Amino acid sequence: MNKKFMVFAITLVLLLIVSMTLAVMIGSVSITPLYVWKVIFSKIPIFSNLIEGDWSRSQEIIIWQIRVPRVMLAAIVGAGLAVAGAAVQALVRNSIADPYILGISSGATVGATAVIILGAFSFLGIYALSIAAFLGSFIAMVLVFLLSRVGGRISIFRLLLAGMAVSFILSAISNFMLMMSKEEGGIKAVMYWMLGSLAGAKWGNIFIPAIIFVIVFVLLWLHYRQLNLLLLGEEAAVTLGVHLQQFRIQLIVLVSLLTGVLVAVSGSIGFVGLIIPHIVRLLVGSNYKYVIPISALLGAVFLVWADAIARVLIAPEEMPIGIITAFCGGPFFIWLLRRNNYSFGEGD
Amino acid sequence: MTLEAKHVSFSIQDQRILEEVSVQIKAKQFVGLIGPNGSGKSTLLKNMYRLLKPESGTVLLNEQDILKQSSKIIAKKLAAVSQDTPVLFDFNVRDLVSMGRTPHKKLFEMDNKDDFAIVNEALAQTGITHLETRSFSSLSGGEKKRVMVARALAQQAQVLILDEPTNHLDIQHQLQLMDLIQTLHLTVVAALHDLNMAAMYCDYIYVLQQGRIVHYGTPEEVLTPKLLKDVFGVFADIQTHPLTGKPYLIYLSAF
Repeated sequence: MNKKFMVFAITLVLLLIVSMTLAVMIGSVSITPLYVWKVIFSKIPIFSNLIEGDWSRSQEIIIWQIRVPRVMLAAIVGAGLAVAGAAVQALVRNSIADPYILGISSGATVGATAVIILGAFSFLGIYALSIAAFLGSFIAMVLVFLLSRVGGRISIFRLLLAGMAVSFILSAISNFMLMMSKEEGGIKAVMYWMLGSLAGAKWGNIFIPAIIFVIVFVLLWLHYRQLNLLLLGEEAAVTLGVHLQQFRIQLIVLVSLLTGVLVAVSGSIGFVGLIIPHIVRLLVGSNYKYVIPISALLGAVFLVWADAIARVLIAPEEMPIGIITAFCGGPFFIWLLRRNNYSFGEGD
Repeated sequence: MTLEAKHVSFSIQDQRILEEVSVQIKAKQFVGLIGPNGSGKSTLLKNMYRLLKPESGTVLLNEQDILKQSSKIIAKKLAAVSQDTPVLFDFNVRDLVSMGRTPHKKLFEMDNKDDFAIVNEALAQTGITHLETRSFSSLSGGEKKRVMVARALAQQAQVLILDEPTNHLDIQHQLQLMDLIQTLHLTVVAALHDLNMAAMYCDYIYVLQQGRIVHYGTPEEVLTPKLLKDVFGVFADIQTHPLTGKPYLIYLSAF
């Protein structure tokens, strides 16, 4: 298994590097891979003197200011959503869960809608959308969390139901704002946001998601044993020394933080958090020692490509990335459902 | 290491399941818990391995309250094999048995050679080495049970709680498992349905009926025709078997 894991891991790392390079090359102005890497290395202090700047200023701007941050954000969001999905599936012990089950995306939508339609938080300038979306997801998460506590304990069943109830209420608020709005443009902008887009990527707004992703990823990976035990059930977790209540709370906080930050910069991109962990389990089994890192890599590759397709499919316009992920992910999921030998976690 | 339940009471909703139950397992003793269906055996064991919290009363591991210590510390000393073990997600046998090492591992620690050897030993002791790469869901009920026992052994705890450990096993594996547990010289408490098995292996037996301990003592003291009639509702003839020297039950008819 270790060997198989290493093969997958190395293949995916290489695939990710190639995919990211290709994704930077693709666009209205196409660029050769040589220039892509030359410009990137010229930005790294140690190498900058060794590289001759034989590219044009506009090429540099396209590569460094526009495409590289966007492709990196795609990788971070893809990896983050996939890891968050895998963690949530362990938390609720159910493979149909995704990171949005805690009400995060509908909370973020309320924040984003308020900014777009009502012009709320305008004093925050270009960051208003992200900050409002994060605030919305944070409030939703706190609500769901408080509602799922019974006598100081987190009830998983209540967590799922509270997530659904809070999502419905918050969606109603967003929809109400949309219905009362007279502006066509605003409605389209909200639609766009809900379906997800990485068009807003710039160096200024990828640092926070990147740092949060790294922290959450490392913490989750370090706790792979506990995550495995959660999958086995309460009995196994308790008898093997997991402090169940504490660990569940930690998981909820980690997943919510990560998902909230990602949704704030990219909108609620669907399907990645649900489908990637499934594919990964199919490839490497249920052991979270492997599921966590492979999910991150595969999620990153998947979203880099989904974003590249979103950019070029109806160029010069952009397709919302959520349409791409669902359109590619849906059929694959149906195929997975039809396979007899794949266990969705319903036992035998 | 000793394990003790002191005046443990427990209810589910308004239904009283355990009423002031006290049992004591001395170091390296093999204690059996017998009683008809619904008498509270599993609930008592669940209270003892911390899955449930007693409404009143305490459970003491080496004279110390188990609820006042960290889960990890308890898990190093006390292992449990529960009655049914549904595994929803699919793991292979070695991965599952390796999970028994969890309480011994620190956050940044990887599985090392010792862990590997301990897991190998547990697989060998339960006779499932040949299954190590098989997926758990493809195993038979008896094989699954042995995986769960192997996981508990890999935990290297000195106290073992077993809820009907021989359930699902064929006769050969029943005897093998009970022999194995006996040779490990651990402190063991096991809920048992098979009274002949209890007579053969237990040093001491507690009898539960409707959530109360109604009788306790050595197998010879406990297993009498009167008890079988009063608690289990069956007529039985009880002899001392000439080979084992233990009580031997033959059921004659139900009440």
